[in-house]
Amino acid sequence: MSKTTETVRKTLARRYRAEKRFRAYGIASVSIGLLAVVLLFSDIISKGTSGFFETYVQLEVTYDSELLGINDPTDQEQLMFADFSAVIKQSLRQRFPDVEGRTEKRALYSLISNGASYSLRDHIKDNPHLIGTTATMWLLADDDVDVYSKANIATRSETARLSESQQAWISSLEQSGDIDRRFNASLFTHGDSREPELAGLWGAAVGSFFTMLVTVALAFPIGVAAAVYLEEFAPKNKITDFIEVNINNLAAVPSIIFGLLGLAVFIGFFGMPRSVPLVGGIVLTLMTLPTIIISARASIKSVPPSIREAALGLGASKMQVVLHHVLPLALPGMLTGAILGMAQALGETAPLLMIGMVAFIVDVPGGPVSPATVLPVQIYLWADSPETSFVALTSAAIMVLLGFLITMNTFAVILRKRLERRW
Amino acid sequence: METASSINDTSEAPSQKKTASDNTNSTVKVNATGSVPMNETNIEYPDKTVGFPLVDDPKMSMRDVNVFYGDKQAIFDVNLDVGKNEVIALIGPSGCGKSTFLRSLNRMNDTIDTCRVNGEFHLEGDNIYDPRLDVVELRARVGMVFQKPNPFPKSIYDNVAYGPRLHGLANKRYELDQIVESSLRKAGLWDEVKDRLHQPGTGLSGGQQQRLCIARTIAVSPEVVLMDEPCSALDPIATAKIEQLIDELSSQYTIAIVTHSMQQAARVSHRTAYFHLGRLIEVNDTRKVFTAPDHRLTEAYITGRFG
Repeated sequence: MSKTTETVRKTLARRYRAEKRFRAYGIASVSIGLLAVVLLFSDIISKGTSGFFETYVQLEVTYDSELLGINDPTDQEQLMFADFSAVIKQSLRQRFPDVEGRTEKRALYSLISNGASYSLRDHIKDNPHLIGTTATMWLLADDDVDVYSKANIATRSETARLSESQQAWISSLEQSGDIDRRFNASLFTHGDSREPELAGLWGAAVGSFFTMLVTVALAFPIGVAAAVYLEEFAPKNKITDFIEVNINNLAAVPSIIFGLLGLAVFIGFFGMPRSVPLVGGIVLTLMTLPTIIISARASIKSVPPSIREAALGLGASKMQVVLHHVLPLALPGMLTGAILGMAQALGETAPLLMIGMVAFIVDVPGGPVSPATVLPVQIYLWADSPETSFVALTSAAIMVLLGFLITMNTFAVILRKRLERRW
Repeated sequence: METASSINDTSEAPSQKKTASDNTNSTVKVNATGSVPMNETNIEYPDKTVGFPLVDDPKMSMRDVNVFYGDKQAIFDVNLDVGKNEVIALIGPSGCGKSTFLRSLNRMNDTIDTCRVNGEFHLEGDNIYDPRLDVVELRARVGMVFQKPNPFPKSIYDNVAYGPRLHGLANKRYELDQIVESSLRKAGLWDEVKDRLHQPGTGLSGGQQQRLCIARTIAVSPEVVLMDEPCSALDPIATAKIEQLIDELSSQYTIAIVTHSMQQAARVSHRTAYFHLGRLIEVNDTRKVFTAPDHRLTEAYITGRFG
């Protein structure tokens, strides 16, 4: 055995140990990351799942035209002002006939959500012939009832925000099978509300949609045009170097600064309306532009120069080279960058707070210039609300937002895989 | 790209060394004895290119060509004519400016910001660097084949049809089909690809790709074809095919080819121009350059004493 072999053998064990340690560090880091993701998701899902369901109470409802104050059920105006809550109160009194006293009665009435009377009204609007008849209806329960009925039966009376008699009524309803849990459709059809059982994400989702629409429409063309110009046409001199450095700097600016800029320039100087997706979209455009420009430039750079030379050598003009060869080849990379930028913009909250998209807006926005809020801001608003029910709703909203983000990122990955070309 | 070119360089190196040693064995032994080894200090540049750089009735004529990259001068006072339907080989050691010179013939150097070209360039009497002459038109007349096969990531058909489409050479589908077929036939590729015209050109082998690039270049019916080391990335069999092709094409086109392989220059070209450090040292008939060069720098190069 030579001397070299001997020396090598001595160090071998140490080398292998070092390598094993190195691998262990890697596995540990990955595990910590995975653990964090698992914790986050299990927490959100465990809290949020119940937010997708709502509690309903079954009652015998008599559509008494006198109580409602309706003599012509086809008259829309009469319907608008009809007192459906009186009908519900009557049904509750019939269900629990031995409730006496104003306080007790008020406690009884509060079992059913304020929103229930609206659903009754809509029901009558569609079926005017029901006036004067009695029907069994499932009515939306109040959020406190919802929380109570979803909670663990053994411990729920300790944490409940309900009086003892209310708890007794609910138990009685539960025993007779008159309490049921159904899919929370209002979460996906309603705008925001102070009442958790009526609050929905739809307004925020539509607001997010319009905001993203403005952002995509502005950021992608501007970003790609800027990237193409800087990569393919701009002379390499101090001015373009300066621009490049500043684009990179822009990417590092905290997003709330863009919100302040939007507030000062678009709302303050140009007098654009507050709380609208148009301004939100412009602000998010400014925020995502650097991301899109940088990724677009990287993908333009990755187009082999030999392709450009080949086209130039055949007599293509600079613009034809860009349009026929560079852009099609760089497009997958550009789209991936744009989608990731959009995902980032979709989850952005801070700049939108600055331009007033944090307002409490009940109406579903009708366009990019009607007041709106967006999903992440909605989450922020709900997380801030005192009602216990909003805890589940917040987590449910987070799940919806995460769903959107994961869909977008998956789409980006699929797009890249699909359009990717090799040479 | 950086890595690609460096890979090419390394893969080229062994073949070149082989070239050098072959030559040394055959011809140089007599010369080598007693002669002073060449180095940068004792090189004498001729005042004027030796041999016959000019021809009667040239296809292209270049006078007093100087090319600069920034402050660095790459080409010094080159005068050269390229005759009609001739194959001229530009040879010389790495960095001698032969590629730069070739690229200035169809203004490909315009794409390099720092590059500055001075001198008179004429293509059949038209001034190539005339601001009024459209570079698009020039490149349609002077096509180029590059060192690395660079087909577009499109189908074989679209690769060949790109130039004719660009310049509107074919109005009807069948005209375009004809151009594609005849170009592929001329490039000797038709029989190999006629059944898969709509498959990607990047799926072909290296040699086929390079012939596809030649087909693409001749599809616009240029008058001159410039080839910048077209075989340096290819194996000997593919190289032989391309060389045969160049020979066939020379009946219709004027060809200027830059090559590192002296055998290739000897095999395919009619005239050979030897460049050294930006100067055109010697231009002569290929046979003469490789058997009895007029200048000792040329002799030193072809016998493999530098390269």
